[in-house]
Amino acid sequence: MKESNMDGLQTTATETEQQLEDMAKEMRLANDGLLEQDKGYFCDVRPHRVEPYKGIMESFANWARSQSLWILGFGTGCGAIELRPLMTSRFDMYRYGIQARPTPRQSCVFIIGGYASVKTLKRIVRSYEQMQGPKFVLGLGSCTVNGGMYWDSYNTINRIDQYIPVDVYIAGCMPRPEALLGGFIKLKQMIREGKCEGMNKYIDDFDWYKANQKQIIHDWNMPDYNW
Amino acid sequence: MATERQERTIQEVKDSDPVCDAQTGLKFVHVEADQAVAYITRLRDVQGYTHLVFFTAIDYIEDSIFRLTYMVHNYASRQDLGVQVDIPRHGTTMESIHHLWPHAATYQRELKEMFGIDFPGSPGLDDSFILEGWTGIPPMRREFDTKLYSEQTYFPRPGRVTHDTTAYMKEKLYPSEAETW
Repeated sequence: MKESNMDGLQTTATETEQQLEDMAKEMRLANDGLLEQDKGYFCDVRPHRVEPYKGIMESFANWARSQSLWILGFGTGCGAIELRPLMTSRFDMYRYGIQARPTPRQSCVFIIGGYASVKTLKRIVRSYEQMQGPKFVLGLGSCTVNGGMYWDSYNTINRIDQYIPVDVYIAGCMPRPEALLGGFIKLKQMIREGKCEGMNKYIDDFDWYKANQKQIIHDWNMPDYNW
Repeated sequence: MATERQERTIQEVKDSDPVCDAQTGLKFVHVEADQAVAYITRLRDVQGYTHLVFFTAIDYIEDSIFRLTYMVHNYASRQDLGVQVDIPRHGTTMESIHHLWPHAATYQRELKEMFGIDFPGSPGLDDSFILEGWTGIPPMRREFDTKLYSEQTYFPRPGRVTHDTTAYMKEKLYPSEAETW
């Protein structure tokens, strides 16, 4: 009787230890590739949800957000060539409150310009995570939808939405600047309706996104969450 | 100082006439692997082919060889000359030419990554060129199945279909022109 009790206790203790270990593994952000002195430059905290305001406050905030979209000036593929005409007088994106910014810290819209190779995807993930919320992603061109003409390549991903959340896709190869403007208007509409919760989706499914990213990025020499 | 063997090579090469490609007008000359660098050195230093245009490899899997092609250019006579060298596909090693043209090191780095051809002594040879953390066989070798790899590694979106061109044209687009396909 006594012995069996002891056994039971021991089993429970081992199980608990195992559970604790598993939890610690899940919670830890593996900065394993970094040197000890470099780890201080990066935050080890997991990202957390940012709940929307209630009622009219959120509506007002969303309206304000939709009026000022700042693009990250990072052309990840050939689609970036369609972003240049947007700032010319013919298409004039500034009248929609859209402008390009040089760093992820200042921007809220990330345009994935077409195909993304694995090497680029690593930079895309870093840039996306460094952007401050609320942030939105536009998938530009067929390659972001299903790989486009590079669907059977050894080096380009097929679906960008497996690695970062996407709000609006603009299909085409290449879509014209008018289509891009159409995409922006659609994005604005979705922001005003409060449908662009990609950032929270990324945080909720953080482990799933990370697993997908690590499945193809083999030399993971950066923190799990960059900001 | 050229060795006796290299002297002989140079003499042989001097006598041999490059084969002219009828379509492109480009001239190609085949050289044995162990004599290639001596020959290219002579082209650069004596015959005025001072510019390395490109350096690439072609995988002839049927013949079990890689065909290296060094394309050099002579500014004075405005002529291109391709030097073709056949090397075996397995355990492939080739003499480096980075001492002739420093930028050849970049080509050799790419060939190492894409075909697995080793160039001992070439600077930065093992640094990743495009593929970071690649673990499989080099992707430009023809035994590498790129479609299979893509399907297994990335996440194909279901719903992609391939049509038979003739049937599809007949059915959907231009029935009258389907005959010409």
